[in-house]
Amino acid sequence: MTGAPRASASPLGLQLRPVGASALLAEVPDARSALALYSRLRAQPSAPPSLDGVIDAVPAERTVLVTFDPGRTDAARVRRWLLEAADAAAAAGPAAAGWAAQGSAVAGPTDGPHRVDIRVTYDGPDLDDVARTLGLTVGDLIALHTGTRWTAAFIGFAPGFAYLTGDDAGRLTLPRRSTPRSSVPAGSVALAAGYCGVYPRESPGGWHLIGRTEATLWDAGRPAPALLAPGTAVRFVDTG
Amino acid sequence: MLATGTLTLLQDAGRPGLAHLGVTGSGAADQGSYRAANRLVGNAAGEAVLESVLGGIVLRARGALLVAVTGATGSVVVERSGGRAAVEHPVGCSFTLGDGDVVRVGPPTQGLRTTLAVRGGFAVPPTLGSRSSDVLSGLGPAPLRAGDVLPVGDVAGEWPEATLLPGAIGRRWGRMLAVTPGPRADLVGAAGLPRLLATEWTVSAASNRVGVRLVGPQSAPGSGGHALTLPSEGMIVGAVQLPPSGEPVVFLRDHPVTGGYPVIAVLTPEAVDVAAQLRPGDAVGFEAVHG
Repeated sequence: MTGAPRASASPLGLQLRPVGASALLAEVPDARSALALYSRLRAQPSAPPSLDGVIDAVPAERTVLVTFDPGRTDAARVRRWLLEAADAAAAAGPAAAGWAAQGSAVAGPTDGPHRVDIRVTYDGPDLDDVARTLGLTVGDLIALHTGTRWTAAFIGFAPGFAYLTGDDAGRLTLPRRSTPRSSVPAGSVALAAGYCGVYPRESPGGWHLIGRTEATLWDAGRPAPALLAPGTAVRFVDTG
Repeated sequence: MLATGTLTLLQDAGRPGLAHLGVTGSGAADQGSYRAANRLVGNAAGEAVLESVLGGIVLRARGALLVAVTGATGSVVVERSGGRAAVEHPVGCSFTLGDGDVVRVGPPTQGLRTTLAVRGGFAVPPTLGSRSSDVLSGLGPAPLRAGDVLPVGDVAGEWPEATLLPGAIGRRWGRMLAVTPGPRADLVGAAGLPRLLATEWTVSAASNRVGVRLVGPQSAPGSGGHALTLPSEGMIVGAVQLPPSGEPVVFLRDHPVTGGYPVIAVLTPEAVDVAAQLRPGDAVGFEAVHG
C-alpha cells in the first residue's frame, strides 16, 4: 500500500488515502458525491456495511472514512469494494444520492425507515432575525423550510446530530451566530452554514434557532438510537 | 469502592461501528493491558474493567474474588481481613481476595493508567452494547465515586490458563511512537510529518482520553503553525492531528468522530497503547515505520 492518493479517471472523482493499516479515507469532490458513495455501502441507513470485516463507514462533508478489521479483510478488498460503489453511484447519476432517492419510484413520502417527517412548532428565538437576514417573511421562511426535501448527510458535534442538506438549502444559508448560546434546548430546529440540524440533547450551540420538535432525535436505549442516520430523507411539517 | 483516586472509569472493548451516528469507539485506553487483565482472571474478551489515572483505587471485596491488575507499574497491596498480614502483589499477575479484604492500587512509578479486572467482569448495565465511559459524549457509566457498589458478573467460563504474564510485568515504557504517514501529510509539507519526526515533544497536562496534547521545545506562538483547515472528515484512534498552533494532538479512544485539522500521521495499534500510558511532562518522539 502506498501513501499516494489514487488519482486519474476514478468514478465520482474518488481518491483513496490510507489512514494507518485499518482505515481508508475516500475523498470525493462534494457533499452530494459523498452521500451517493456512502449510500452504496449499506443496504439501508441502519444496516451494517455490506462488506465483511468492515467495521464502519463514516460520511462527512467530502469524504467517507471506512474502518476495517485487518484480521477479517484487507485494504485491497476494501479498495475494490469502494471503487465498485463509486462506479455504481456514478452510473446512477447525481439525482440518486441517498436511499430515499434510490427507492423514490416506489416509496411514498413517508414510507420506510429512511424517510422521516418531523413536526415543528416554528417559534424559535431567532425566527424573525433569520427571516429578516434572508430577506423573507416569516411565512415564506417556514414555507421554504417545510417545502425543502432534506437529507441527513452526516453526523457531527454530538451523537445523533445530523447535518441536513436540502435541494433548496441555498436560499436558507447563513453563517453561525456571532455569539454561541451556552445552552440550547433538546429538540431545537436550527439553521447554519447551509445546513439544518435538530439538537438531540441540551448542549451549547451556535446555530440559529427557528423552531422546536417533540421528536426524540437520540435514544441510546432503542435499536436505532439516531432518528436521522446519514442518508435518511427528512421533511419538516408545520404544527402551527 | 472505598476510593477512586483522580479518576476511575469503567472500560471495556468499546463501541465499534457507531461512528456514523456520532458515537466514538471509546473502550480501554490501553487495550493490551485490558486484554491481559481479562486473560489473567479467565474472563471472556469484552468484560468491563476499572481504569484509573495515577492509581488510587481502593476496593473492598464482598465474597471471594479473583482479581488482576495490569498497566501502569505501581504497588498493589491487599489488606486482609481477620488481622492477617497485608500482602503485596506485582502488576501483571492474578490474586484472590477474601470477603472483606481490601485491595489498594498505589500511585504508579511508571505509566499513567492502571487496569483492574475481576473474574466475572463488572456487570453494570451496558449502553449501546458497551460498559465504557466515553468522556467526550458522556455515554456509558458515570465516573466512579467512593461508596459505589460494583456488581460482579457470574462466570461460566474456563479458569485462567496463566496467573502471571511476564510481558505485562516487564513492559518497556515507550518514549517513541511508531507512525505511518497520515492521509493529509502531503497538505502540510515540512511543517507536518518531517517536523513531527524531528522534534522532541512534551506531553501537556491538558491530555485526557480524548487525546494526548503535545508541546514543542520552543512554544513560540506560530512556530510550525499553518492556516490549513479542511471540511470535517472522519477520525480514528491514533490519528495525529495538527491544529494551526503547530502543536500536535494524538487521538486516544474517546476522540471526536470527525475533525477539521489535517491528520499528518497515524500511530500503529501498539503505539496507541504506549501513548495511553504517557504522563504529563513525559518527553516523547515519533518514528516512521512501514505501513
